[in-house]
Amino acid sequence: MEFRTDLSYTKSHEWVKLEEDTATIGITDYAQDALGDLVFVNLPEEGDEVEAEAVFADVESVKAVSDIYSPVTGVVSEVNEELLDSPEMINESAYDAWFIRVDNVTDHTEFMTAEEYEAYVENEQE
Amino acid sequence: MGTYVPNTLPQQQDMLKEMGLSSMEDLFAHIPEEVKYQGPLDLPEGRSEMEVLAEMEDIAGKNRVFRSIFRGAGAYHHYIPAMVGHVLSNETLQTAYTPYQAEISQGVLQSIFEYQTGICELTGMDVSNASVYDGATAAAEALAMCRERKRNKALVSAAVQPGVLETIRTYCFGSGMELAVIPEKDGLTDLDALASMIDEETACVYLQHPNYYGRLEDAARAGEIIHETKAKYILGVNPLSLGILKTPAEYGADVAVGDGQPLGLPLAFGGPYLGFMASTDAMKRKLPGRIVGQTMDAEGKRGYVLTLQAREQHIRREKASSNICSNQALCALAVGVYLAAMGPEGLAEAARQCTAKAHYFAEKLEEIGFTVEQGEFFHEFVTSSAKPAADILAALEEAGILGGLPLDEHRILWCCTEMNSRKDMDEAVSILKEVV
Amino acid sequence: MLIYEKSRQGRGSSLLPACDVPDHPLPEKDLRAEAPGLPQVSEVDLSRHYTELAHKAHGVNDGFYPLGSCTMKYNPRINEKTAALPGFTGVHPLQPESTVQGCLQVLKETGEALSAITGMEAFTFQPAAGAHGEFTGLLLIMAYHQANGQTQRTKIIVPDSAHGTNPASAVMAGMSVINVDSDESGCVDVAKLRELCESEEGQEIAGLMLTNPNTAGLFDPNILEITRIIHDCGGQVYYDGANLNAVMGIARPADMGFDCVHLNLHKTFSTPHGGGGPGAGPVGCRAHLAPFLPGKTVEEKDGVLTLAKPAQSLGEMKDFYGNFLVAVKALTYIKTLGAEGILSASQNAVLNANYMMAKLRDLYDIAFDTKVCMHEFVMDLSRLLKETGVSAMDIAKGLLDHGIHPPTMYFPLTVHEALMVEPTETESRETLDWAIGVLRDLHQLAHTDPEALHQAPVTTPVRRLDEVGAARHPVLRYTREEA
Repeated sequence: MEFRTDLSYTKSHEWVKLEEDTATIGITDYAQDALGDLVFVNLPEEGDEVEAEAVFADVESVKAVSDIYSPVTGVVSEVNEELLDSPEMINESAYDAWFIRVDNVTDHTEFMTAEEYEAYVENEQE
Repeated sequence: MGTYVPNTLPQQQDMLKEMGLSSMEDLFAHIPEEVKYQGPLDLPEGRSEMEVLAEMEDIAGKNRVFRSIFRGAGAYHHYIPAMVGHVLSNETLQTAYTPYQAEISQGVLQSIFEYQTGICELTGMDVSNASVYDGATAAAEALAMCRERKRNKALVSAAVQPGVLETIRTYCFGSGMELAVIPEKDGLTDLDALASMIDEETACVYLQHPNYYGRLEDAARAGEIIHETKAKYILGVNPLSLGILKTPAEYGADVAVGDGQPLGLPLAFGGPYLGFMASTDAMKRKLPGRIVGQTMDAEGKRGYVLTLQAREQHIRREKASSNICSNQALCALAVGVYLAAMGPEGLAEAARQCTAKAHYFAEKLEEIGFTVEQGEFFHEFVTSSAKPAADILAALEEAGILGGLPLDEHRILWCCTEMNSRKDMDEAVSILKEVV
Repeated sequence: MLIYEKSRQGRGSSLLPACDVPDHPLPEKDLRAEAPGLPQVSEVDLSRHYTELAHKAHGVNDGFYPLGSCTMKYNPRINEKTAALPGFTGVHPLQPESTVQGCLQVLKETGEALSAITGMEAFTFQPAAGAHGEFTGLLLIMAYHQANGQTQRTKIIVPDSAHGTNPASAVMAGMSVINVDSDESGCVDVAKLRELCESEEGQEIAGLMLTNPNTAGLFDPNILEITRIIHDCGGQVYYDGANLNAVMGIARPADMGFDCVHLNLHKTFSTPHGGGGPGAGPVGCRAHLAPFLPGKTVEEKDGVLTLAKPAQSLGEMKDFYGNFLVAVKALTYIKTLGAEGILSASQNAVLNANYMMAKLRDLYDIAFDTKVCMHEFVMDLSRLLKETGVSAMDIAKGLLDHGIHPPTMYFPLTVHEALMVEPTETESRETLDWAIGVLRDLHQLAHTDPEALHQAPVTTPVRRLDEVGAARHPVLRYTREEA
């Protein structure tokens, strides 16, 4: 299981890279592993507003669909459309397979460091 | 009483005894007494197969089966190749459940995959689902799949089959989708009205081609108007007409729907029929219902599975865009057999004969004094006459002929197919000559 | 091989006579550019192709089919024969009423029989399937509340064990869903339900959807109290008839306090499933809901049957009168069985389920274990999975190698490694004993050679299929290879 130290993490298993008021968001390596082979991802559109702790996307495996929660409030500036054709990228490298970039970030949920998130995940597994 | 329970009474007693029970009642002891039904059900006694068959034949005998049919309006009398009935009577294909256990359901899955291919070939669209209940629900589901957050309005032409429009109304009442009807003008959808009604909140527009009156719409122009506002274009089509007519894809449709009944299903008092739904590749994940896809097994052998299931109700539950579970698999099988039996040339021939016969009959009716409403049509057309439609149809009925559908007191919607021989048409004309 | 791959240019059958009237070409602009790429095959190709497909499928005639909640009982052949009578198949849906008296009689008699079995006063046959019936029933409830000025009643209570169609139907009917948890016994938590209905939210409740017996095969002992609680807060109670096969002649939904029901003719009334349809989901209701029914209902006046639209009808659920031929089959079945036979069908369905459960209980854990179940029971394989690594899926796939269609897997969602077994009444004790033996052997195999079960099935036309690949990169139709 990989935990990258340059990223922030949420309790609902998203990772965030926040640079000034722009955030790049994806799901964690732990999340992709728990969800299993992903077959599709529903993404928002550019210009959509996202809100911290609200659903902004969902990911599909063969027999399940799971909501993905936004760690930040802001406006979607870019969407990783590659994931639409190749959802396996999320399973292969969760931290490179970003979902969206958000500009004008005004608020965010509580973040964890890599270390804290690792402990949180271990705790959750028990 | 008739029964399909194989266990004999002594066997049933033994089974109860092995479980430490003494009677059937013990199995239901936990049901509260207040809700238990007392006494025998208010039903007749069961009967033997021979008696039941005789009784059902008796009931069927109370219907009148017309030897000559000039009525369509959404249900069409076509030739059904012998092979269709033969395949459908196969007990395995008939009694199988939905193919959830793919390893032992390859036959059913493959037949659906072939059906999907056939629908794509007919409509020119990229993707087809495994079918829905009928043409009307297919249209209603198509509207729902075009709905977007900022687009909640649907426009539907007045020149569509009434049952389709009514079904759409019901589905929109449920979902809260706003619905407006585009008026008709001279038997066609009023495209000027469409242009003035459509706006940025319009999710989709539904037209039927050929329309309810059999007329060919300016479906290309409609597509241009619709796409100017980025709304989705849903075209309802008669699949048999696609043997020769331009495809929904050629008209720029985003979704094509229709009733598959003309392709090998009997009239059967309205059902079971089948609704087909096909879309562009871009909209494939919005299609409701089952879809079969091709894949490989563990040894690299080609096989088929139900796929894109995360769209469906059993996974998305209240977030699913449709609740549909069943398709009309056996009807889809009939369509698959029909298309393969007819082939491209047979289907085109059936479509050409429909057109030729309808035009022949219209011409003959015109000769004896009917007014035929003008414009290009496929295999249905509307006449008006001074004589009430009821009298005209009664005269035909007396001779064992089902005439067209009365639209109002003087207008009749007629239909001809490859089933109407010249002899039958000439006979009908000679009767009508006397009453018109 | 696909029928499309068997196609050869120029092959075909001669099905239509030459046209006996002059050709009437339509304008070029209305014609398609290219003929559709349909198969060109001979009749013998067709005959063999579909025989081959049938060999790669599994019907009720092929063997035991204990698929829980689907009621895969035997489909009598006489039903097929009556439904194929030309007097039924050759009737146009828009013929004059005087010429369709037989069809109307079928609808009337079937409705009356279903009324006798359920206690409901009126039926519509328009709904084409169970899910369509649910949607209809919920619209009926909405229409009723709206007519009574209770437009705020838009919330429907659905138990967590419900079939996925329940919440999906509710949303289509414009309702929002309130999930209620089951209690430890797998039944509705009455205390929680009462709390909800007596709260302020009670005024917004349109009703409750329930299957009884429920998806775990248990008859809810508090059913009268449950329906009373809903009625007391002004709601209506909807009966999902998926499990009616357990209680025909034993308990009627109307007497349990339900206001409307949908029935699955393709489950309870022996009409075939057709590989996924056509079924039929007629909806019945008590008198107070009848004015809102969709479509047209049959009435009798001076010995003549007519079709009439109910006064405040909610509209049309589909075109015409539903899957009519399916109703013909169901009526044939009901006439064959009669009052005694219908009761006996339910009794034996419950007997067979209990017999199997009793003979498997020592090896397999039974979810919500009660002394007796109804027509089906749920095995929970969590312990087996933990002990051997063999899942419910593995056992299911192992059954395939023995010619048994597996039970329903992973449903209800409230049980983790669920296998839901519904033997139905049309299986003999010999078949049950044999299937019990196979399930016991597989349980043992799970301990001795789990890998064999991970690899199963090995005797089927294909092995386990790559569903992930199918969904990631969908191939949904055949495309001719370019030469």
